Amino acid sequence: MTDQAYNFAYLDEQTKRMIRRALLKALAIPGYQVPFASREMPMPYGWGTGGVQVTAACLTPDDRLKVIDQGADDTTNAVSIRRFFQRTAGVATTERTTDATVIQTRHRIPEQPLAEGQILVYQVPIPEPLRFLEPRETETRKMHELEEYGLMHVKLYEDIARHGEIATAYAYPVRVEGRYVMDPSPIPKFDNPKLAGNPAIQLFGAGREARIYALPPYSDVVSLDFEDHPFTASKADHACDLCGSGSSYLDEVITDDRGTRMFVCSDTDFCAARQAQGHCGRLSPQGDAP
Amino acid sequence: MNAILTGGFADPSTQSAHAFRALLEAMARPGRILAVEGARPPAPLSVAAGVALLTLTDATTPLHLAGAADCEALRGWIGFHTGAPLVAAEQAQFAIGTWDALHPLGRFRIGEPSYPDRSATLIVEVDRLEPEGARLTGPGIETEARLSLPETAAFRANRALFPLGFDCILTCGARLAALPRSTIVEDA
Repeated sequence: MTDQAYNFAYLDEQTKRMIRRALLKALAIPGYQVPFASREMPMPYGWGTGGVQVTAACLTPDDRLKVIDQGADDTTNAVSIRRFFQRTAGVATTERTTDATVIQTRHRIPEQPLAEGQILVYQVPIPEPLRFLEPRETETRKMHELEEYGLMHVKLYEDIARHGEIATAYAYPVRVEGRYVMDPSPIPKFDNPKLAGNPAIQLFGAGREARIYALPPYSDVVSLDFEDHPFTASKADHACDLCGSGSSYLDEVITDDRGTRMFVCSDTDFCAARQAQGHCGRLSPQGDAP
Repeated sequence: MNAILTGGFADPSTQSAHAFRALLEAMARPGRILAVEGARPPAPLSVAAGVALLTLTDATTPLHLAGAADCEALRGWIGFHTGAPLVAAEQAQFAIGTWDALHPLGRFRIGEPSYPDRSATLIVEVDRLEPEGARLTGPGIETEARLSLPETAAFRANRALFPLGFDCILTCGARLAALPRSTIVEDA
């Protein structure tokens, strides 16, 4: 039931047109950050206001929305954003990746491969990949203009000099279509290979920083690396303790005060679907074992 | 007078949402042809061009009417339904007309090196829009796409400016497709 006090999907039509124009330019220039007039939303910056504005501009009443926070459908951020759109747009919601037409995500790409017809909306805290190397916007803008990305390679090189390997584990920078260096939002570098050649449309919204950028489907996205230190997608070297998957990205959970821990899939829908199919992990209830 | 007041979206928030999704799919997948509905603009504008105008333009987007599109009926319709200020090609954020009427293309904004998004979007009215002819490759296209384009040389020249350049929405009847600056266009 739509809350009649609000326009469809909360934002007024002029705001949605402004965001929609920015989204089309973002798709036309893959990886380039388009400035937009980010609005105050009824949630604090840092809670996904950029993603919420992009989702609001894209939603139709026919959509089925999924919202995940670090892969989980059932954490505070995901639940509150899902309820926000249930209330203001009246859209159907789902926790199943395959059933969703629009997926808003904080810091993960679902394990289940996406398909044409799906839109993945990322919440982005700091859209500028060069920001921690160069704090001045005037300078980073000039660096993008001139394709002057040497500083980023120096940073990765210093990682190797100091730690023996590229220590960046999340928000790992990528080069889009051989042109713009882009921050993929703080997804684990495990997810970076899924950015490339993805059949879905990937949209990125940064509310506080007022930037929108995008990856069209099947885009060429390369994680920065060196010939002698190639990019590797890494994860915890365990299997999921609930579903037994050896290929999914894992969260480490401390279970008592004596250092006992367990590893579980960060993608709750993926893990639940595997358990429903009868897959078991180390800590599954033994009675249920097939 | 009635022709000016009618022909807009009856239910703007949902109709423009559906229209935008078609435009988003079109711009994300160059060459993909999508059907739209909801606008009934006065001649010579097509339904799809009317939908694009209602969905994307408003009082903040300078619009250029090229050739036959620059007529009294259309000026009134656009003024009433969108409020877009009508300007010369050099100042336009959006432009609308047939391919020939939009020439010379060098008049349109292609963005600035530090802000390539500050470029024009051309809504090109075409007589034919079919998935055949010129070969399209690039972002948004898995292998290749085909689209009946009015020509290829101008789009190749536009691609050479990347990341600068204009972007096109091609409209024909109630169908549209898009050709962003990133697409590589080759002769059939």
